Amino acid sequence: MEADPYDALGVPRTATDKEIKAAFKKLARKHHPDLNPDDKAAEEKFKEISAAHDLLGNKEQRRRFDAGEIDASGAQRPQERFYRDFADGSVFSTHAAQDGFGSNEELAEFLASAFAGGARRSRGARPARGQDTTYALRVAFEDVASGATRTVTLPDGATLNVTIPEGAEDRQMLRLPGQGGPGFAGGPPGDAFVELHVDPHAIFRRKDDNIHLEVPVTLKEAVLGARIMVPTIGGPVTVTVPKGSNSGSTLRLRDRGIRNRKTGQRGHQLITLKVVLPAAEEPELVRFLEAWEPKTAQDPRREMLA
Amino acid sequence: MMDIETLVASIPQLQRADLESWVSAELVMPGKVGPVARFTEMECARVRLICTLHYDLEIGADTLPLVLSLIDQLYASRQRLASLATAIAQQEPSVRERILAALPPGS
Repeated sequence: MEADPYDALGVPRTATDKEIKAAFKKLARKHHPDLNPDDKAAEEKFKEISAAHDLLGNKEQRRRFDAGEIDASGAQRPQERFYRDFADGSVFSTHAAQDGFGSNEELAEFLASAFAGGARRSRGARPARGQDTTYALRVAFEDVASGATRTVTLPDGATLNVTIPEGAEDRQMLRLPGQGGPGFAGGPPGDAFVELHVDPHAIFRRKDDNIHLEVPVTLKEAVLGARIMVPTIGGPVTVTVPKGSNSGSTLRLRDRGIRNRKTGQRGHQLITLKVVLPAAEEPELVRFLEAWEPKTAQDPRREMLA
Repeated sequence: MMDIETLVASIPQLQRADLESWVSAELVMPGKVGPVARFTEMECARVRLICTLHYDLEIGADTLPLVLSLIDQLYASRQRLASLATAIAQQEPSVRERILAALPPGS
């Protein structure tokens, strides 16, 4: 939904707040999915007008939109389940289309859709699009980091090949046109929707297009500096730890993050260093520290206690 | 399942006092876990619908029960129609064709 919010509400750019509210009220009455359970397109239309109203109904947001500071995509609504999805109790939930009883033809369609094994041509049935189906697919972090193809096995044993785009996000909905339920009476098949559930990675954390990673370094590496190998989503790379690096210092590996789906640009990998003490006993280090007089006295907790 | 705080926080325009009045008027019926009210996904969707009706479409508190009752009757009828259609769907093809043929045209 990137449509112009003014067009979505059918108001001129000079519309007053009152006119915007009135236009939204009128359209919401017409397109609210719960009030129009037979209108299959209602959900999309309602989302569009609600998003437009969210944007233009807020003075500050509208000013920023008019000034070109933000675009309409900022007002997109998260995936939301409507009451009819539950109250109508249909088989495929969110995107089910088994709700057309407006005419005999539609009842016939419904009858056809209710037969296990798909469409049987009923007399007088008019061709209708098959129902949309929704599936959830768990994918590994690596699959979205580099893109992948996965296979979903459907309840009836058929399989769907799903291409996971590089940079896909958790809960992203992929649409597979024509892969949904079969059409009725010669109509086209519906679409399949696949919601991605991305498993978290053991060490990488994703934040937008950037990858965050905590990397342990030895005391010696931190104090003296070092060249160390660190993992990235594209394989290990060598990184220079500067002399005197502290726990919590951040190093940035440019363009080693996730490739953005829209811009094609890669994010970065941000490494947070964590200094670790030797695992085994180091009597020499202990002796050195016992005898060591720091040049500058240090109280790292002074600010906390002040 | 959501508790009342989470639900109120998830819908920006929703006033807690309004939600409580809808619960006591039984427009929304949360389940109870001990003394704590819990809203299923379905009740949450119903609350979102009521919010749109009340805050956006400005259906007043006194008219709201009437509108919801009509909506409930609509969905109950649809459910019955769906189960009837499913039952018809399980009949012999000849029976189904006869039923379809017996329906008044354009109904």
